[in-house]
Amino acid sequence: MAARIHGGAATALSTFNPKKLVAPSRTNLPAAARSSKRCIVAGGGSDASKKSLSVRHSQKLIANAAVATKAETSATTGTGHELLLFEALQEGLEEEMDRDPHVCVMGEDVGHYGGSYKVTKGLADKFGDLRVLDTPICENAFTGMGIGAAMTGLRPVIEGMNMGFLLLAFNQISNNCGMLHYTSGGQFTIPVVIRGPGGVGRQLGAEHSQRLESYFQSIPGIQMVACSTPYNAKGLMKAAIRSENPVILFEHVLLYNLKEKIPDEEYICNLEEAEMVRPGEHITILTYSRMRYHVMQAAKTLVNKGYDPEVIDIRSLKPFDLYTIGNSVKKTHRVLIVEECMRTGGIGASLTAAINENFHDYLDAPVMCLSSQDVPTPYAGTLEEWTVVQPAQIVTAVEQLCQ
Amino acid sequence: MALSRLSLRSNRFLQPSSTTAAALPSSLRRHVSTDTTPITIETAVPFESHLCDAPSRSVETSSSEILSFFRDMARMRRMEIAADSLYKSKLIRGFCHLYDGQEALAVGMEAAITRKDAIITSYRDHCTFLGRGGELVDAFSELMGRKRGCSNGKGGSMHFYKKDACFYGGHGIVGAQIPLGCGLAFAQKYSKEEFVTFTLYGDGAANQGQLFEALNIAALWDLPAILVCENNHYGMGTATWRSAKSPAYFKRGDYVPGLKVDGMDALAVKQACKFAKEHALKNGPIVLEMDTYRYHGHSMSDPGSTYRTRDEVSGVRQVRDPIERVRKLLLSHDIATEKELKDMEKEVRKEVDDAVAQAKESPVPEPSELFTNMYVKDCGVESFGADRKELKVTLA
Repeated sequence: MAARIHGGAATALSTFNPKKLVAPSRTNLPAAARSSKRCIVAGGGSDASKKSLSVRHSQKLIANAAVATKAETSATTGTGHELLLFEALQEGLEEEMDRDPHVCVMGEDVGHYGGSYKVTKGLADKFGDLRVLDTPICENAFTGMGIGAAMTGLRPVIEGMNMGFLLLAFNQISNNCGMLHYTSGGQFTIPVVIRGPGGVGRQLGAEHSQRLESYFQSIPGIQMVACSTPYNAKGLMKAAIRSENPVILFEHVLLYNLKEKIPDEEYICNLEEAEMVRPGEHITILTYSRMRYHVMQAAKTLVNKGYDPEVIDIRSLKPFDLYTIGNSVKKTHRVLIVEECMRTGGIGASLTAAINENFHDYLDAPVMCLSSQDVPTPYAGTLEEWTVVQPAQIVTAVEQLCQ
Repeated sequence: MALSRLSLRSNRFLQPSSTTAAALPSSLRRHVSTDTTPITIETAVPFESHLCDAPSRSVETSSSEILSFFRDMARMRRMEIAADSLYKSKLIRGFCHLYDGQEALAVGMEAAITRKDAIITSYRDHCTFLGRGGELVDAFSELMGRKRGCSNGKGGSMHFYKKDACFYGGHGIVGAQIPLGCGLAFAQKYSKEEFVTFTLYGDGAANQGQLFEALNIAALWDLPAILVCENNHYGMGTATWRSAKSPAYFKRGDYVPGLKVDGMDALAVKQACKFAKEHALKNGPIVLEMDTYRYHGHSMSDPGSTYRTRDEVSGVRQVRDPIERVRKLLLSHDIATEKELKDMEKEVRKEVDDAVAQAKESPVPEPSELFTNMYVKDCGVESFGADRKELKVTLA
């Protein structure tokens, strides 16, 4: 799925500093690059000014009714609707809350405030205080409460205002969320969704720029997914809520304003599946979340230089979609992993091990992994930039691997 | 030294000061075990309350109920003793935390509530499991890691669960069950059914931050949560006066009402739990502190005598033992004879021995069980790798 990235004054990726990076202009990928697995969301279109959510809702015939009615399908209208990633998350959440009265949301400032990243905006007014719960600041307790409620059959969506805060709830996530299904011999299921923004932002400081996927990946019993486009954000949110297993949905602070056109009709994304962003022949580049965009930017340069990279957004961090990855490795014989996790013990480290173990025979070169540096994220903008992987480094790495 | 701090308040024996059912003539004594005529017993120790009015000391009960107390507590006591010897013969491994001495809590609570009310506790859960209707053979099988166990042998001593009886375990990390319990209460409020959750924790866990976090939320959202502190005066090896600046655990809820109860008196426990349930349904959370005692050490690895004297333990056993108390009650009210009670104990002993024998025979889990119950509806843990056959999990 090609996400629309608008440069210039439009808000979508205004967080990227155009002076420092190659300006992310509208991506015009060759037609072959567009994934055709799902509904086409291409379509030109003027940059619609960001509409307020309520206006969009009335356009979708949801109006002010307490129960949302399904919008006309794009089979009849033929078009999707454009929205930002946080709105896509909100749409997915709202649809699931309409569909199943057991779904509730709990977190700090998710209710009356509307969510610190507006993902839960408007939900408290629509569903009431018992289904959209403003918790006090006690991650340990409210995560535990969500898990306890899930043991009885409720389906809470627990929001960490920043993923880093969920470190305070690590015990609950590891011991209770992950393990209760197993240690109770299957008696209890824990259908929670734990979600929140993480990753390196814009000079947010070390404690607010953490990548928790590396800490959580060993917990048995949970699933982890990372969304990167409005399309897969909504799809993964819905799938995560419907899943009977505990799912941790990693969002990224800098991706909330991505704009894309998504289908009107209902869809979910598979939790265990990776996404083929750009098929290619020379090298497999595995990435997820924000690094996908750095990779796609590097891909433009690489294409100009004559390389044909295959870019896969792995999406599912636990378990890895080794089926898609393996087929790609068998085709290209070279793997580059680009991630935002730390070098030590990150997702890339596990993925490297998994690929080496399973596909060693197909590799023509060692698996290379570009990760963030093993440092606390500094505040200074230049230093922060060097902490994460930049497109230029990706280009260099591909050239090195493809020699 | 701890002895001086431990207040042995119940030096008096139970004084049944008012009985509405007079002692029955001997000709009718044979039938009393099923007699449900209400009797009122007065508890020996008054309740202490914080921010609420204490319930009355007169407990309504019946002969059959007191007899069931005796039988259930005897069964629990025997189970724990049997677990002790099984542990010593290395059939039970790992950690084994025994509840003998605290049985009154489990039976008293059950008498006050229904099986739709939820109970969640920590790792000292064998007797609570039994109280919720768990079978002896399931308990022993789980302790010995057999397939027949209540958690299929995969949980162990600290992870007993019984979903159909709303028993939510069984948790190894001290205090982690408290937010879970408040979550259960939240779900009960969400579903608008009139049930409550009893969240049990110990005097050691009472110093956990998550308790106060969860209590704050429970009070804020008016959840039907009853937090029960099983104060057996020792957090493993540390006495309460060494771990808590304020060992009045029923008052530490601050803005949440509390009640201090003699946890060795099954009838007092019953009264307190009944009161707490009514309170929680109307007014939100309440803290109960149960003054109780464990005869064994913290677990089977702890002799239990390095931080307390043997005299203290035997002193409590002589004066406050819950089973002896109920026995005296039964005898003084002529509900049963010495011989009948002894026969009952023999039956219970046989029951437990049979269950142990049965559990010893039951098979261990299959190797394939290693990977079951990891996920619900998945592509299979083993085939999450490169060779997985299923590509998509179909969701509802």
